[in-house]
Formats: sequence, C-alpha cells, structure tokens
Amino acid sequence: MTNPAREFVLDNTAPAVAELLLRASGAVNGNGLATWSGGGRSISLRRTWLDTFDWRLYRAGLALEQVTAGGAVRLVLTGRDGAVLADQQLAGPKAPDWPALVAALPPGPLRERVAPVVSVRALCPVARAVSKVSELRALNADQKTIGRLAVDQMSVTFPARATVPRRLTLTPVRGYQAQAERACRTALSGVPGVSDGHESVLDAVLAAAGYRAGERPGKAAAAALRPSDPAATAIAAILTALLDSLEANVPGTIRDIDTEFLHDLRIAVRWTRSALKLCGSALPDGLASTYRPDFRWLGDLTTPTRDLDVYLLRLPRISATLVGASARDLAPFGEYLTEARATAYRRLVRGLRSARFRRLVTNWRADLASVRAPRRRPVVAGLAAAKIAAANRKALRAGQLISASSPPESLHDLRKRCKELRYLVEMFGPLHDPAQHWQAIRELKALQDCLGEFQDAEVQRAKIRAFAGLMLAERRVPAETLLAMGEIAAGLARRERKVRSEFDGRFADFAGAASQARLLRLSGAAA
Amino acid sequence: MKVIATYNIKGGVGKTAAAVNLAYLAARDGYRVLLWDLDPQGAASYLFRIKPRVKGGGKALIHGRRSMDGAIKGTDFERLDLLPADFTYRNLDLMLGAGKQPARRLATLLAPLKGEYDAIFLDCPPSISLLSESVLHAADLLLVPLIPTTLSVRTLDQLTEFIGEFNGHQPAILAFFSMIDRRKRLHMQIAEELPAKRSDFATAAIPALSVIEQMSVHRAPVSSFSPRSQAARQYAELWHEARDRAGLPDRPGATG
Repeated sequence: MTNPAREFVLDNTAPAVAELLLRASGAVNGNGLATWSGGGRSISLRRTWLDTFDWRLYRAGLALEQVTAGGAVRLVLTGRDGAVLADQQLAGPKAPDWPALVAALPPGPLRERVAPVVSVRALCPVARAVSKVSELRALNADQKTIGRLAVDQMSVTFPARATVPRRLTLTPVRGYQAQAERACRTALSGVPGVSDGHESVLDAVLAAAGYRAGERPGKAAAAALRPSDPAATAIAAILTALLDSLEANVPGTIRDIDTEFLHDLRIAVRWTRSALKLCGSALPDGLASTYRPDFRWLGDLTTPTRDLDVYLLRLPRISATLVGASARDLAPFGEYLTEARATAYRRLVRGLRSARFRRLVTNWRADLASVRAPRRRPVVAGLAAAKIAAANRKALRAGQLISASSPPESLHDLRKRCKELRYLVEMFGPLHDPAQHWQAIRELKALQDCLGEFQDAEVQRAKIRAFAGLMLAERRVPAETLLAMGEIAAGLARRERKVRSEFDGRFADFAGAASQARLLRLSGAAA
Repeated sequence: MKVIATYNIKGGVGKTAAAVNLAYLAARDGYRVLLWDLDPQGAASYLFRIKPRVKGGGKALIHGRRSMDGAIKGTDFERLDLLPADFTYRNLDLMLGAGKQPARRLATLLAPLKGEYDAIFLDCPPSISLLSESVLHAADLLLVPLIPTTLSVRTLDQLTEFIGEFNGHQPAILAFFSMIDRRKRLHMQIAEELPAKRSDFATAAIPALSVIEQMSVHRAPVSSFSPRSQAARQYAELWHEARDRAGLPDRPGATG
C-alpha cells in the first residue's frame, strides 16, 4: 500500500515550470535536512481512464488508469485519496482494446480488486489525456529519496479537447510521509498561485472537458416531480426521462459492449409500457394508444437476445453445480446458446437500426415535448395516489386468490400486478417521503424476488426442454450434453418447488398491516 | 508470491550483494518486490540508504505487535521496498524460540504480504540457527553463493541433505559461484566444471570485481550505477535463472 498523494493546483499567476522547479530545488527545509534534485527532462505519458458506462468504479471511490510511457503499458488503480491500491505492468507493449470485459485485465491483485465492482459491465475509456511530467526528488541527509514532486501539464483529448490547469503531485515514498510533506510545504511556501487540489485527477480532467463523472446516463431514473404539477406534463416528463435512458443505451447495445446496455434499455421500455398502460389516460387523447403497439414491438424485439444473455451469464454458475455431469458435457449447449444469441442479436441490431425505430424515438420525443397541461388540470399527486391504490388493490386480490393448488399462471399474474405496483411506486418516488418510499420498495421487492425466482425457474425449465428438442432435431447434441441439461432441469424443478413453498410467508408479509399501512400512507402522501 | 532467500552458513560470500542486485533487477522487470534485511549488520539497508531501524525492534515484528506493513520503507527504485534491518535482529533466534512453531513463524509473517508483492527476497545473516530454519521453511528458492572451493561445495551438500529431511514444503536450491578470483586456477577450474555436472548450480557466476565493492560507495545496486559492467550482466543472468527456478512467470503481468 502506498501513501496518499498530495495534490496542488497552479493558476496562471504561478511561475513557469522551469522556475517552479528551480525554486523547489533551491529550497531546504527548516531543519536543513531535505534537498531537491532532478527536474531536468520531462517525460510524456498517454493516460486513459477506464470505468463502466454507469461509473461503477468511480461510485466505489476507485479510479483505474492506463498509463503508456516509453513503450510500456501499466494499469494503476487508485483510491479516493490518490493512494495507489494496485499497479500492474502489462505483459506486452499493447494495451487491451477497450471497451472490454474485466477478463481483459491481466490476472493479479488489480483485477481481483476491480472485478467484483465492475461485475458484468465492460470497462470503457471515460477520459484520455497526454501528460508532460517533470519530476523532482526530495532527498534526506543520506541522499535517500523521501518523496517525488511531479509537475504535470496535461492536455485532455477525450471526451473533448481541453487544457487542465497545471498540477503538482507530491508522492511520498513509503515510510517517509511526514518528512516528504514537510519538505514540500517548505519548498512551496511563498510560491504564488499554488493552492491545494481538492479534485481527483479524473475529476479535473473531466471538468476541464466540460463533463462530470458519476452520472448514470443509462439508468431509468425518476423524473423530478412536484405534487402540484399537472398530471399530463408530469407523465410526459417521466416518459421523456425514460426515453433518455432508452436512447443512451442504444449505441452500447448495437456495439454489444456488454449485456447491461440491453438490460437497461429493456427496463426503460418496460417502464414506458407500464406508464402508458397505467397512466396513459393522463396524456392527450390517443397518444398512449398510438404508441403502445410500437413499444410492445420494441419490447418483443429485445426479448430473445436478453433471454439468451441471461442463460449464457448463468451457465458457468449452473455448470459448477452439476453433480452427475461435468461442466465439459455442457460445452455443446453453451455453443448452441452462443450461436442462437448471435442470430437473435443480429435481428435486434437490424431492428434498432430500422427506420421504424428511428421514427418511433423521434416522433415520441416530439409528441412528449408538445404535451401541455389541459384546462381542467388534475395534479400528479392525485393521479399517483389513485394509481398506486388501485394497483395495490389488484395485487392484493390476485395474491389472496392463490392457494396451494393454484396453477403457476396465477403466480405469474400476481408477479405482473406487483411489477405494475413497483413501477408506480418508483415512478412517483419523488412525491413520497424517502424513508417510507424505500421501505415500501424493500417490502415489495421481497415478494417480487420470490415470484421472479419461481417464474424464472419455470420458464428456464421449459426453455431447456425446448432447447434440447431443437438440438436433437438438428442432430448436434451428444448424449452427455442431454443428460447434463436434464440435470439442470431437475435442479430448476427443485428450486421451483422450494420457492413455491416460501410464497405464502412472503405474501403474508406484503399483505400484512405494516406493509399495507405504508402503501396507504404513500398514496395519502402523494395525494 | 515467491520467497527467495540468499543463504549461506558462512559470511562474506556475496549474499547481500546478490540479494540487493537481484531484488533491484526483479523490480526493474516490473515485479513488485520486497527485500527483508534480516542481517543485524544492516548492509542491505545501508546500500539502499535506509536507516537500519525498526520501531519496537525485531521482537515487535516477530510477535506481531508491529505490522510488517508499517515497518516497510520504499527504496529509491520503483516497485522495490525494503524491510530494514535492526540491531535487535541479533537475538531473532531467542525471539523465535519464545513463540509457537518457531520454524514456521517467518512463513506466517510473510503470508499477509502475498497480495502486495510478487517476490520477497530474504537477505539472511550467516549462521545455522532457528532463524535459518525458519527462513528455509518460508523460502521457495534458496540462492546459495559459494566461493569455488572444495569445502564450500561440501557445505552445499550438507545443506541439501538437511533440507531433504524436511516434512512437507522443501525449498528449491540454486547455488552459484561468487567472488571468483580469476587469478586462482582452482577457482576457475571448480567454477567451470561443477555447474556442468550438477543441476543445482546456476550457469551464471559472479566474479570478484571492484565494481561490486563500489556498491558501498554509490549506495546502490551495481546494475543501477554500472548497468553495462560484467558484474551487472552476470547478476542479470543469475536473476533470470533464479526467476525460472523459483517459478515466477517470466513477465510480471502474468503473475497469478
């Protein structure tokens, strides 16, 4: 572990680099113990910061930087305080082609640290810069280096061209933090235009380019609402925010950067469809009914690829649970899924590049922008209260009808009702008390997880039978693979039964007095 | 992480010079390296301009009262850290003896550093003691510098026999000739013949050269202040042999 780096920013009144280095090198600390050396030749670094599309590393307080200098490439992971957490040189002079999944990082401590944060998302370049760095070393009485002071003149090349104010970075050598800081304070005291740098390098680079880190452009997020907003314009704002999220995920889906782009795109589509179904009446006449078939088409277009993504993502975990069969037996199944996914993906990309899709998003955005509040203007709080209360009643009714002998379809129906209720609670979240809101979501999610797992297991079991049939028909499945698939199906059936046995308890919690009172309060608060 | 110890029962045979130069070369190749100067004389610490002092002394380290992490100092070279010597290390035998499983203690102390370093070099004091035994148990590779004499070779055989009696983990051994005096026919003859006959000998051999002695003047590894010298070339060759014998990947990026 290294010491945290200390950053300073130089403004226009600060001396030029040469003079600054000269001043520092002439400085001797109060005890006469530290001297400075170096500062002659500067080196050039090409820097690329990597993060996921939704800034998972940044939000976890990490920054991953790829530094190319003198033909060598290294990856450096730093914490929020600038301390280097892992530093790894790449085996060859060539960096991975970003964007890439975490597997593209060399094995070692850096990847181990990054992998759980990044998960299935790809690492993409979020900023690029070229640095010209001159370095001075602070030496103690034994002429031992105790710290390095780097003057960094940085030009940003991506996401936009910009120049970053010069930065000074003091990196104390391990075990010499206090001495290095003392020497640095002395060297910089009285130098005009030097101030403490409070931003991380990445923040400074993005700020210079006019961007901000940490934003989640692709996530469906609740639009800002006030209870007294007219219902029509509030619903239009919610739908516009969902359209933003949908469109933000289209390029990543088409480039197939990682599976989460499509996942987030589908969430935006599902929420849009639910909003149109449940709250479309608040929009001008005919608007919801015009677009509902289009969004249904879009949802259907994305389903096959996502289903296969889910299968492929789960396959390694499923393989690890096999008892009778070995993971190798499943290889032909994996290959079949990969091929099927490639076919489905091509169809998806054709759809997303089609004139129909382009027309849909363009017209939809224009129509939403033209929504005006009608003269008789119901407010969004009233609409939210009525819709949440109605959706809750429907979910309760559907759940109460379920008995031990009910067919799986009745649970699937309840799942749909719960999803609708969840969308409404999430969509109108800004109208609610945050604590009550999150508690309601948590309780609802517990029931949804149970219903989701039940349906997933059932659907996957049916699908695996269908896959086996197709593979047999194509005469491309060895017996061992079929046996392994059978074992998976048996495991899914066991999971289905287990989850089914947990349902009564979960529903009782949801239908219980505390949970229901909370949902009622949400409707009341909204009203 | 691989642990490489430079060890010989005798003093003045080039253990510290080998440890310092090989640790430097490993770091220069991109490996993350720690050198632990276990010799109370503190020669390796001196060569890296680091004071031979550990807060609380060796006792605090051995008994876990002071974390290894807090005692480590950065050298002037990237990726190369040093755990300094301390004069109290002269009593490490007694300190180890006072604890449980003294022969395994060093391995236990080094285990938490696994994620931080690719290679740890142990520069051992000349002795055969409880500390030596603990070093032998912790090491993946023993680098044994030998002056080319018949008696030195006998010492190596005794060491090999001693390690052969270990239960479980046994370090690999790589002996190399050190301080070869080209004016002495016996030195040249032994240094030429033995590596060809025995698989536990390195091909690289370190001659007695004044540039190696100048390390104490420059206070730096030969390979840093005289990278084209014959000594630097021989240390580089020795490092490659040691790296392969220790089982380190030939490129640090491939470190698991």
